[in-house]
Amino acid sequence: MTQQSSRLLLVAVTLVVGLVTARHFLVPKTFGQRGHYRAAAVDAIEKLPIRYAGREACAMCHAEIVATHSKARHQSVACEVCHGPAAAHTESPGEIKPPAPRTRGYCPLCHGYDPTRPTGFPQIDPVSHNPVKACISCHNPHAPEPPHVPEECGACHGQIARSKAVSRHAQLACVQCHITPEKHKVTPRLVHPEKPRTREFCGTCHAQDARSSTEILRIDMQSHNSRYLCWQCHYPHQPEGD
Amino acid sequence: MDDSKHISPPADQPASESRREFLHTFSLAAPLLLLGLRISAIEALAAEPDAAYNAREHYYGMGIDVSKCIGCGRCADACKNENDVPREPYYFRTWVERYVIGADGETDVDSPNGGIGGFASKIPEKEILRTFFVPKLCNQCTDPPCVQVCPVGATFATEDGVVLVDNDYCIGCRYCIQACPYGARFLDPRTHTANKCTFCYHRVVKGLLPACVEVCPTGARVFGDLRQHNSPLARFTRFNKIMTLKPHLNTKPKVFYAQLDEEVR
Repeated sequence: MTQQSSRLLLVAVTLVVGLVTARHFLVPKTFGQRGHYRAAAVDAIEKLPIRYAGREACAMCHAEIVATHSKARHQSVACEVCHGPAAAHTESPGEIKPPAPRTRGYCPLCHGYDPTRPTGFPQIDPVSHNPVKACISCHNPHAPEPPHVPEECGACHGQIARSKAVSRHAQLACVQCHITPEKHKVTPRLVHPEKPRTREFCGTCHAQDARSSTEILRIDMQSHNSRYLCWQCHYPHQPEGD
Repeated sequence: MDDSKHISPPADQPASESRREFLHTFSLAAPLLLLGLRISAIEALAAEPDAAYNAREHYYGMGIDVSKCIGCGRCADACKNENDVPREPYYFRTWVERYVIGADGETDVDSPNGGIGGFASKIPEKEILRTFFVPKLCNQCTDPPCVQVCPVGATFATEDGVVLVDNDYCIGCRYCIQACPYGARFLDPRTHTANKCTFCYHRVVKGLLPACVEVCPTGARVFGDLRQHNSPLARFTRFNKIMTLKPHLNTKPKVFYAQLDEEVR
């Protein structure tokens, strides 16, 4: 080996050894194991504590409530939505008890009327709906049902019934507009209720000369968009006009 | 010729000796090289954890049905509980936005305390053209801009497609917060490191759902494995028309929105 190449080799080896040593001390221990990051960071995140136990954990002990809840309208609402994170409770059930909201403040977070909520979602006006009374005094939160037998139509047409309930047409019975043969209840797909077909039908309440309460909005049937039927612009189950 | 020396060794220095010299040097350098480069196969074998969860078998995503969101804010609340997010109304890993498109065509977006305490009505109902809630969170992009800009490699995408932050190596420079087009990151005021949605990674690896999905009362949020063909998420993406947020940025989000309005940014 010539003198030059041996010196060059020495320099190269020193550089490589220096680099490797520096890397050894500077690069984090688990860096690059799974990608361009520290694998230990992922392991640390995996070990973070769990606060929400999940509804399956609740079912292990509270089978009775779960049996009711799983058939009721709130079946998609997990236990911990109302009772809060309960992983600590599953570990020491005697000492840590999850809270239960019993006041009027909590239920309207979902059920208070808000025009932004999807049409048909059951909503009430918290101000006028049985003021002061706690929601749970009439509604079982695990199996909420309306406190009275549901209106006949609403049993099947729930979404329409719930929209109508918060609309200006809330007081109108379904049969006021839909003449419904008795057989519709037995064979609903073979016998259909009637729907209004003319503008004049709406006009019986809303025309200028209609014999109805003066509080009802009036329009001039001749000049008010006479080429369209009323329900082409207004949704009768939740009319928007004022 | 002088050059012949390099081609055929001179008689006084046999070929075997220079080879021996090379092998000797190499035998010293090779272990150091291996140590430095950390041949991943060797280390991976040694460091593999108890192997119950294999990140390579999963690839996570989330579906959000805008038409099902009732704006109750339980997701944002649960997220703060589960992930120890500061309760002050500036820090969110997920939050709910209310979009109100007025009859005049103006769009109003608000998210008071992320929607945790509900939304007070602001605009008279008859002035509203259309209105809806949009839950937001980190989009867990396939090509995440936040990961590109991190100068110390402290934020990264895992093998199962979740973008995480390495708390111990984050230097708090906020580049990632600037780079995120979805405003999904914040600087944790306690640790001064970047903080963001992890898809509740600590829950997911144990087979649990993310906290926001667990508590969503209407099933507006769907979580699942994008590689599975029979998961709730697969069904969600098959039966809905899907949009992602800001698709023109080519971040390829893994949060998929159904029934999304064009006004949503």
